[in-house]
Formats: sequence, C-alpha cells, structure tokens
Amino acid sequence: MFVINCPYCGERDQSEFSCGGEAHIVRPKQPTELSDDEWAEYLFMRKNIKGVQFERWNHAHGCRKWFNMVRDTSNDKIHAVYKMGEKPPVI
Amino acid sequence: MTKYRINKTRFVDQTKTVSFTFDGKKYYGFEGDTLASALLSNGIHLVGRSFKYHRPRGIMSCGSEEPNAICQINDNTDLTEPNVRATEIELYEGLKASSQNCWPSLNFDIGGINNLISPFIPAGFYYKTFMWPKSFWKKIYEPLIRLSAGLGKSPTQPDPDIYDHKHEHCDVLVIGGGISGIISAKIAAKNNLKTILIEDKNILGGSTIYQNNKNFIIDNQKSNEWLMNEISELEKLDNLIIKTRTSLAAFHSYNYLLAKENISDHLPLDKKNGSIRQRLWKIRADKVIVAAGAIERPLIFNNNDRPGIILANSVKKYLDFYGVSTGLNNIIFTNNDSAYETAVSLFEKGISVKIVDIRKKSSSNIVKNAEDLGIKIYWNSSVVNTFGYKKIKSIEIMNLSEDGSNVTGNKHKIQCDCLSISGGWTPMVHMHTQSGGKLDFREIDQVFVPTEKSENHINVGSCNGDFELEELVKNTNNKVKKFLNINEDGFDKISVLCSKESEKKNIWLLPNTISESKTKSFIDFQNDSTAKDIKLALREGFKSIEHVKRYTTTGMATDQGKLSNMHALGIIADTAGVKMGTLGTTTFRPPFTPLTFGAIVGRSVGKFFDIVRKTSIHEWHVQNNAKFENVGQWKRPWYYPINNENLHEAVQRESKAARDSAGILDASTLGKIDIQGSDASEFLNRVYTNAWSKLGIGKCRYGLMLNEDGMVYDDGVTTRLGENHYLMTTTTGGAANVLSKLEDYLQTEWPELDVYLTSVTDHYSTASICGPNSKKILEKLFPNKDFSDETFPHMSYQDAIIDKIECRIMRISFTGELSYEINVESKYGKSLWKNCIAAGEEYKITPYGTETMHLLRAEKGFIIVGQDTDGTMTPIDLQMDWIVSKKKYDFIGKRSLYRSDTMREDRKQLVGLLTDDPNEILEEGAQIVSELDKKPVEMIGHVTSSYFSPNLNKSIALAVVKGGKKMNGQRLFVPMENKNINVTVSDFIFLDKENKRINA
Ligand SMILES: [Zn+2]
Repeated sequence: MFVINCPYCGERDQSEFSCGGEAHIVRPKQPTELSDDEWAEYLFMRKNIKGVQFERWNHAHGCRKWFNMVRDTSNDKIHAVYKMGEKPPVI
Repeated sequence: MTKYRINKTRFVDQTKTVSFTFDGKKYYGFEGDTLASALLSNGIHLVGRSFKYHRPRGIMSCGSEEPNAICQINDNTDLTEPNVRATEIELYEGLKASSQNCWPSLNFDIGGINNLISPFIPAGFYYKTFMWPKSFWKKIYEPLIRLSAGLGKSPTQPDPDIYDHKHEHCDVLVIGGGISGIISAKIAAKNNLKTILIEDKNILGGSTIYQNNKNFIIDNQKSNEWLMNEISELEKLDNLIIKTRTSLAAFHSYNYLLAKENISDHLPLDKKNGSIRQRLWKIRADKVIVAAGAIERPLIFNNNDRPGIILANSVKKYLDFYGVSTGLNNIIFTNNDSAYETAVSLFEKGISVKIVDIRKKSSSNIVKNAEDLGIKIYWNSSVVNTFGYKKIKSIEIMNLSEDGSNVTGNKHKIQCDCLSISGGWTPMVHMHTQSGGKLDFREIDQVFVPTEKSENHINVGSCNGDFELEELVKNTNNKVKKFLNINEDGFDKISVLCSKESEKKNIWLLPNTISESKTKSFIDFQNDSTAKDIKLALREGFKSIEHVKRYTTTGMATDQGKLSNMHALGIIADTAGVKMGTLGTTTFRPPFTPLTFGAIVGRSVGKFFDIVRKTSIHEWHVQNNAKFENVGQWKRPWYYPINNENLHEAVQRESKAARDSAGILDASTLGKIDIQGSDASEFLNRVYTNAWSKLGIGKCRYGLMLNEDGMVYDDGVTTRLGENHYLMTTTTGGAANVLSKLEDYLQTEWPELDVYLTSVTDHYSTASICGPNSKKILEKLFPNKDFSDETFPHMSYQDAIIDKIECRIMRISFTGELSYEINVESKYGKSLWKNCIAAGEEYKITPYGTETMHLLRAEKGFIIVGQDTDGTMTPIDLQMDWIVSKKKYDFIGKRSLYRSDTMREDRKQLVGLLTDDPNEILEEGAQIVSELDKKPVEMIGHVTSSYFSPNLNKSIALAVVKGGKKMNGQRLFVPMENKNINVTVSDFIFLDKENKRINA
C-alpha cells in the first residue's frame, strides 16, 4: 500500500487510486490505415517491466483525474508523477 | 500450590485463583498464567496429537512459535475458535479448552495407527498413493482424507463478536517491547517524536524482564531490575502510545503496517460481553524500528518430539516468569551458552539438572557459573534417542566423533522427566522481509540477518543478530540515534556486563548409530515432517527450497515453520553439499501469526458489508410484496407475486398484462450521465457505433458502445435535451464503468474536446409505462398535453408538469410496446409512481419486475448486455449491423470490427431457438450441439435467454451459435442430463417483427 502524490490533490493512500496500465500509448489518429498487426500492437501489446515503468493512474476515489506516474515495479518506489500531456521526465 | 508451581514471581498473582477446563476436566491456575503455564503447573505436558502420525505431543515453547499446543477454545458455543496456541492465550475464569486432532480421545487415539505404519507414509505420500485407481478417489480416498485432515473445528454460528479498525499515523513505530524496543521507544519519544510501541505479550520486557542472573548486569543492577525501572520511566512519557497484547500482522511497503490488538480475549466470558474483541490498527509510520527478538531453535535428533521436550529458554520463562517447573529431574541438551542460564535458574530453585553439550568446552562466565555450582555437564555428547510414550522418561547419549559427523563409544542412559533443548537462536526477520528487505547469511553462528538498506526502517536487538547483551544495548542505542538523527541521549554512558559466548558449534541433523530410515527426527512438528522426508525429496530430484517445502509440507502449518525452516535449509545444504547462504530462504508472508477474519473485516459485516442502493420508490415495492434481485448494488423488484404465485406464474401474468393493457416498471436504476459542452455531439459520435450529429433537439436515439477491441460494452438511449446538452442512459450494472471509460477518453485521448460529464443516476427517478393503454394513462396524468403520434412521436421527449413537479417524458420503448418514461427529481419519485398507479387503475396497470422485462425483451429479440453478451460479442455477431455506421471515419472499437478474427464467419452469433415441444423451456447456459453421436461432442454454442412466452404461448430462447446467422431452420440439439431436447434455429425476433406495437 503505497502513498501516491496526486498532481492535483497531493499525497493520498493508494486505495484511492486505480492503475490504468502502461502510459504514453497514443490512440492512432487513423485506425483504418493500420494493418491488423499494427492495430493489434496498439490494442493488445503492453510492456511488463521489472524495474522502472511509466504508468497511467486515476485518482478514482478523489478528484477523478488521470495522470502519469513513474514507478519501479520491483520495489514500488515512485520516481515521479506528472499531469497528462506533460513531457515524461528522464529517469 | 501444585507440585510444579515452585516459585513466586511478580508476574503471576498467586492470590487470585482461576479455574478452567481442559478436555472436560477442571483445573486451577492463577491470574497472569497462560493456558500453557497453567497446564504445566498441573503437570500436564500431553496436549495434542501430531498431524500425520498422531504421535503424542506436548507444550514445546512459550510463544507464537508453538507447533504442538494448539487447542479448540470454548467448543460447542458460538464463540468457539480453533487452532489457538495454549502458549499465547491468557487464562481467564471459565476458559474451556480442548485438544485437537485426536479421536476418540487425547489419551487413546485411533489415528495413532499411522505412527505404526509410518514407514509407509513418506514425503509426498498423499500425492503418490491416492492417484490410482481413479475410481477410488471420490468414494474412498477423499472421505478418508477429509476425516483425518484439518486441525480444529470451524464455528458453525455467525461470529457474535465485535471487531474494530483504527487508522493511526506516527513518527516512529517500534515493533516489540523487549529491551531493545524499550530503548528505541524511549530515545524516540524523549526527542519529541510521536511514537507507538507495540508488544504482543500482556506486559513489556521481553526475555530480559525475567533475567535475574548475576552474570547480566546493567548499571550495577541485574538486567531485569534495570529494565523494570526503564519501563516505569517510559510509561510516564506523554508522546508515546504503548499497546500491549498487540501483534504485528503485516509490514507493507511505504511503512504501512497492520497490527492486531486483543482487547477482550483475556477477559472472563461475563466481562467480554458487548466489548470489542479485537482491533486492527492500520498504521502509517514515518520510521519503523523492528525489535522483534529471536526464536530459540530446537535440535534435530531421533524421537525429539516427545511430551516433556521443551525449548530451554521457554523452560526458564515458565520457571522465572510463571513460577512453574516443567520437570523435577531436568536434562538440558544444547549447542550454546544460553541454555546454561536455564540450568543455573533451575539449580538455584533446588531442581535437579544435568547438561548435555555438543561442544567440547566453553569458558564463558555463565558456563563457569554452572560448573561452580556443581552441575554435571556431558561435553562433546549428543542425544541419540529418547524414551517414554506420553511423557519423556529417559534419554540415551553418546560421544560425538572429532568432526561431529558421527557418534562413538557406548550409549549412556539418563533418567529425566523434562528435556530442555537449545539449538541456538534465529532472528525474527519476518517483518524485515515482509517489507521487502533482503537477508545476509552469517556463517559464524549460522543465522540470516537483515541487510540494512532501507531509509525508513531498521532492525535492532536480537532480530538483527545482536545476541549478547552488551552489543545489543550499545548497537541499539547507536543505530537508533543515527536513524532518527539524534545526537545525545541517556543510554550513551550505560555500562553493561555480560557473559560472552566463546565457543560455537552447530549440527543441523545430529548423527545416530541406527540407520536413518528407522529414525524419526522431527523438523516440522506441526506437519510431522522429518529429516528423512527432506532427504527423500532431494533424492527424488527436488532442488529448490520452495519445492522441497511444498512436497514435504515443511513450514506450511499454522506456525509457518517458525521452528523448522532453518533446519530444513541446513539439512538441504548439508545433503546437497552447498553453502547455506546460496540457498536463499522461503518467503515469509503476512500475517506473522494467524489473523481472525473478524479483525480483517472489522465493522464491515451484515448490512455494512456492502452499500445497498434503493430507489425512491423502494418502499412501495416492499408494501406491494415485491421480491427483489440484486443488480450491482441496487435492489430491483424481480417480480410481484399475488396470492402465493411462484416466479413463473407471476411473470406470466405480468408479461401478459404489459402487452394486453398496461405495465409499469421502476427504471430509476438505469445509469444516467448528463453530457454538456460544445463538442458533446462529436463526443457521442466517437463513443457510440451510430451517428449522432443529426439527432434533433428533443429526440432520442438508442446507442451501442463498444470496447476498443470491438466487443459490445454497454447500450442505452440518449436524449438530446438542447443544442449542447444530452442525457445518456446506461445499463444498471454498467453505469460507473461507462462513466470512468468516457472520462478516461476525454482526459487522455481527446483533451481538446469541450465536454463535461456528470453522473445523475441518483438525481432522477423513472417510471416506465408500457402497453396499448399507456397513452390513455399518460393523457389522464397530463390532461393538457397532446400525445398524438404527430406531436409526440416515438423516440422523442417533452417537458411536462405533474402536481407542480417538473418532469421529462421520453417516448421510448424497452419492450417493443408503446411506452413512455417519466423522469422526476428523485425526491418526487414515489408520488409520481403513486399517481401513475392511480391513473392506470382502470386499465389494470400491472407493476412488473426485471424478470418480466427480460422476457418482454427476449420476445422482441432485444439483447441484454451482460446476459446475451459476454464480452466476446461484436455488434455483427449480434446481427446488429444496422447500428454500426459505415460512414463515420472512426469510433471506439471500429477498427477491431475489421480484424480477421472478428470477421470470421464461424464466430458465435445470436439466433433464436424454438423447441419441438412448445412447452419445453430450455435452461439458460445449456450447451448446444449439432451432432449427437459425434465423439468428442462438439459444443457449438449455448442458450443465453430462455422463457415461456405467454404472448406467443410457446417456449422461446435466444442463443449464440457458431455460424448461426446462416442456420435458420436448421435442427440442433440441447443435450441435458437425462434427455436430448430437439430445437430449430429461428429468427431471434419472435414477436411483432414489423414493430407495429410501438405505435399501437
Ligand atoms: Zn487527485
């Protein structure tokens, strides 16, 4: 149970948040132009890193805002949180 | 005083007698006793039978590591609790305890036959033996195993006790109230840090509090007296919370910890009443200091499990803390100095004691002390066998060979009534590893010690591997000061004198002269696994410690192998010829000691278990005899039986009334999302499969929502209330998820859209009136309104007033009938409903529930998301191509509809099924096949909805069948347990294919 620093609300208990998987996967602007393989890559393929991972999180039981978080999955250390649309930090 | 209560101590009040029963017989103890110390004071060692061989077992320790003395408390009452350790439960007046795992009785146990046939019950016995013949499993093996497996009995009544949760924050949490914990807590609290100290026993002080040996001196006082003063000073500090009877259950990341406080477990039954039993503390601590102590190790030798064989320091605690001698003719068997403290203590009380030591010598102060007293010591010797069935009577010892791998010379038999064993100490690293910490192996005394890396927690005292009093006190002081950034404190100039161990020797499995296959050297006492089981597992090819553990079940009992894990590792390392440090340990998982379900759930039981959502019309439904079903958290009327109707009869009546005259449904639970903003139309275009831009103000449209993978996710009608204002409805169960999904897309993929979403599900109550007479009822309700098809057509909405209350009327249809939905603010829901019922009386308006709604929808082939779909159905599979826009460039899920897999023609597709016998109703979920005699039988689909339709007077069903679109008219079969049902594939719209009824 870690503590997450919501970029809008500040530090809150993990139980208020839900994880939305890997971050920075942009929905293709022209899906119809993509081959089955390219679409499947967007739709199904996700990294599952042991180590530093960029993730989407939602403050579901709080401000309901989505934001991004950099977390080390091996020890749950959170390196950074930043708003949607902001540039990912270099870790 | 009983024969074995030979000492007065300050911890047990011998003026206050407490009576209790064990296995139905009445005994007496004193206030301050545990069940174990009270039993021992009555000379009772035999307390249970072992799990596999049913060997007699006795009390072996004095704490949470106890493997044998597990009891059933208050049997045959609703307060009964299994698997309680006698060493942990405090004695109270009227306590009823009984031994477990014995049948018919503790003293005569039929399962003991397993002991005689034990050469035939090796490791993995259950896996190996019960594999064949296959037919024996269900009728013979399983009932037999169930009869003999399991420990205690579960209560059969709901738990009557009250449990509590408490959230707490602090600067420093200290785990463990022994000497190192007390030093740590004092340093923290005196330096203005908000500190919590938790201790699982009922008093502070750990093992030092009864350490009255003259070889252990702090500031010129015996260590127990010094500590007593420290505790009384500690209790005066005001920014310190001391919680005794509180044990740590879990140490999670980010210093989030769970601790269980026992509040009334130790009180007599009449004083427990109404009080909270246990409280679960959820603590977020800035810094954590673990001072969890160490557990004494047993020694592994042949027949080391007899009642009367007890860990040496536990013998000392029973003597010096509880005033109870575990025997009058003691032998101590040790590989280290600490057991000599027990010997000296016994001797000083005039009790006979001898020592067997595997070492050749030791020259520490405490050993000299024992020698000076004239205690007989057998150096370089090992116990090779023990005797006595229900209590130890004697032992045999032999000399050890030079390298310790063998025993030599003659056997020497010694009489005794108690054998105290000590194999050294194991630091309690459980908390440290639970928090993610790693371990290092220390060769010199063969222990795993914490690798200190965390900035947020440290380990101090013997759980950190500091066993000598002087190093323990000094290291704790220095470490805590550094950890908390404190420069000076009162412990800097402390003087400590103690006995120092000079000789160390460890043999994981002590040698014997008889062949290993004939010995029983127990490692895990609770699960009955022996050294030879572990060696067998290695011979059979198991290498990983985790696999050996599971195969032999070592360390998998309720004590989680607190006494056994190290020896299992040691024997594996020795046998495999590898270094112990390279083996790693098994994983220590929370909880450290078993946690009651009550403590975990706290107050969230009964009606507090989950939120119950009721519509504003709920009371009316109750008064009108509705049966309810749970839809998500909602209570929805299921059907309204009249005069003892069953479900079928009520639904037949309701369904017929809805199509023949008028029905009314409480549709308030449907999810409602208010959508506003200048891009609202564009947004709907992107989230629904059909087009929305051209929907006029005041009009309604049905929409289907997909996941990005093309599968149907939700459906509902959305109404355009204004230029930039829509009201979306969703399924009852899907409301919250739909809102989350829409928010996700808005915030992350399309932040440029000007759209705002608000959940308004609870804001409005909805009465849905359907049937050919519904228009007449609406006209009665709203006499000033024109309900003609021209001014108020199907799929449109209008504002209206009823009883001065504003409402929205949508002419939309759930059922295929002419119908209207009236929405009002929730607080007016019940009054609206009553008005509708009154206005409909002359048309026999019939309230109907979800079951009738499903039937009416099935008649029309309207899908129910979640019943006719299961997350693998595309709109094409559902034959709903008409709602998928070909013109729109994109919407959620569009691209996936053109994947090779979603375009397969043999996907499961929605069809109708008609049974040969119109009275035969298919079972929902039943499998469908096309050929009966083909083996293996190929399952080509299943029934999703099935009813007897009173309006068609025959059975109808919806099903999904592979390639079903092209199967119209084909014969299929639904094989049931006793018969095969013949069916024919049909159109899935069974009634009013032309949609005439909507404008009837
Ligand atoms: Zn927030």
